[in-house]
Amino acid sequence: MSTARISRRQGLQWLGASVAGTALPGLAQAASAAAAPGAKRLVSLSGALTEVVYLLNAQNLLVGTDTTSLFPEAAQKTAKVGYVRQLSAEGLLSLKPDAVIATSEAGPPVVLDQIRQAGVRVSLVAARHNWAEVQEKVKVVGRETGRMAEADQLLAQLEAQWSSVQAQVAKAQRKPRVLFVLSHSGSPQVAGKGTAANALIQYAGCVNAIDQFDGYKPLTAEAMASAAPEVIINTTQGIEALGGEAAFWKRPELALTPAFAKKALVTLEASHLLGFGPRLPSAVQALHMRALQWVA
Amino acid sequence: MGGLTGVMGAKPVPGASATPSRWRTPAGRLSRGATLLLGLALVLLAMVWGAASGAYAIAPAQLPGIAWDGIRSLWGGDVQTGPEHLVFLNIRLPRLLMGVAAGAGLGLAGALMQGLFRNPLADPGLIGVSSGAALAAGITIVLGGMYLPWLPRHLGSWALVAMAFGGGLAVTAVVYVLGQVQGTTRIGLMLLAGIAINALAGAGLGFLSFVSTDEQLRNLQMWLLGSLGASRWSAVALVWAAVAVSAAAALALARPLNAIALGEAQANLLGVAVEKTKRRAVMVAALAVGAVTATTGIIGFIGLVAPHWVRLIAGPDHRVVLPGSALLGAALVVSADAVARTIVKPAELPLGVLTAFIGVPLFLAMLRQFRSKV
Repeated sequence: MSTARISRRQGLQWLGASVAGTALPGLAQAASAAAAPGAKRLVSLSGALTEVVYLLNAQNLLVGTDTTSLFPEAAQKTAKVGYVRQLSAEGLLSLKPDAVIATSEAGPPVVLDQIRQAGVRVSLVAARHNWAEVQEKVKVVGRETGRMAEADQLLAQLEAQWSSVQAQVAKAQRKPRVLFVLSHSGSPQVAGKGTAANALIQYAGCVNAIDQFDGYKPLTAEAMASAAPEVIINTTQGIEALGGEAAFWKRPELALTPAFAKKALVTLEASHLLGFGPRLPSAVQALHMRALQWVA
Repeated sequence: MGGLTGVMGAKPVPGASATPSRWRTPAGRLSRGATLLLGLALVLLAMVWGAASGAYAIAPAQLPGIAWDGIRSLWGGDVQTGPEHLVFLNIRLPRLLMGVAAGAGLGLAGALMQGLFRNPLADPGLIGVSSGAALAAGITIVLGGMYLPWLPRHLGSWALVAMAFGGGLAVTAVVYVLGQVQGTTRIGLMLLAGIAINALAGAGLGFLSFVSTDEQLRNLQMWLLGSLGASRWSAVALVWAAVAVSAAAALALARPLNAIALGEAQANLLGVAVEKTKRRAVMVAALAVGAVTATTGIIGFIGLVAPHWVRLIAGPDHRVVLPGSALLGAALVVSADAVARTIVKPAELPLGVLTAFIGVPLFLAMLRQFRSKV
């Protein structure tokens, strides 16, 4: 954001444009002209993107992150701009970033517009819950940090990991029937179609026991029994929130499931499991192997 | 003091009671002029505080210059611009002015509703405008993508605002019609209808949160907590226009509401058009609260508390309660937002949380101090 002059004519547009639009037009144009490639000050609004920043060794550019940027641990010490769907324009700009990287979950849209008008580049990666999303995240971070070569290297590494994990999954004789339980807050909910968890379950060579609905829904004991999962997946945070593994299995909804007999539970840390970042291959591999062990 | 002359606005007789002055009424309360001056001073103080505080560091000494540059650019002046100008003129200032309009609209509507229902517990939510706006916002957030995909194409980010505003007015109209008996508005009936419709809207919101995805649910929750974060100049202009029209219309209702305070039969005898007053009060409150809520989400508590506060210091005359509540509401919202923007910077707290956190303790302290007068 550099200092510039706006002309008389641009100034005249102020009132008309400010009633119709969102900003003083002259100010916005003046500021965005000075953007240069390779950010000096970067704000990341997604845990997965933050991980990539650290993998590309660009953490010295990072001046702020959102509340989901929990890994690596050093990311927790950066300035926190709050919850990704409820950003504060002035708060974000107070970190004086020249680029912001985020997923399409970031908002509200008016705040993103205001940040763009202040001359900050905003790059959004669409949340599609697939491998291409991970690749795009690496590319976007490489571009925004000016570390394209390192990003290509990382991409090649991740690609190799991913194909070996996929080959391993393809060799499996059996597809365990699994159920993902989300229990961070309040009553536990189970993941249906169209969720990050569902995509992960399929990548890991498992079958989602829930195929009747989209999104997360509370599940009753009877419906749980008819879904008949062989293995339950949860996050470590979710199990903690319910008071530990022993308390989890005491829940009445679980008693009638095949998983209950063996207490077949697979847990992974939440940002690892659902982050769709560079740790996706290891998450898929861990899920695949541990689910198979339970049904062996 | 004869009750009727006082209510209808005649000047108090000089010397009729102990030491009345320009600032004190004979009952020992603040006079109208003193109350409104005090309110105006509070709004200005809150605005100065709000202008000077924010996550982005701008030296207070720079602010008058930046503000002057903004004003000059309106008339095509050649203006120096920099990041401070952008942050102040495009983000902080519209937000500040939105806070003034939102607080004024909510305070005004609260005073109107307490006057109309003749009940100190009334708040603008009773006529269904907030819950209607919330329900329509919920429908837009949760079902909009699937059933109304054309809506954002035509209205962009205004889709949610337009739907919420329309929903607030529509639900208010339903409550109003349900309160009608043979062409007259039964206030008690309207109150019950409002409670019932609010419960229905609550159930609708519950259903929406059940069918929503994780992301939609969070968006809906954030909307329900209220925030001035999305204040752009265009929205500020619209809300100011709605609140200004409401304020002008509300002030014209002050004397009729004073008469209705004595009872509808008495008001009729005094020549007040009672039905027209009731209808207008509902319309004006719905317009003000609908416009504010549609752009900011639910900001609770202001409409309930601001009128009480004014009555405690200045008495129940609507000619002071209505404008006083607007001023006090504006000061409260602007101050609460200043805290919301800075207390967890660079993040921010939802405003609806803070209006209650700041207002309730102050209000309870006030209640204790004025126990005898409540």
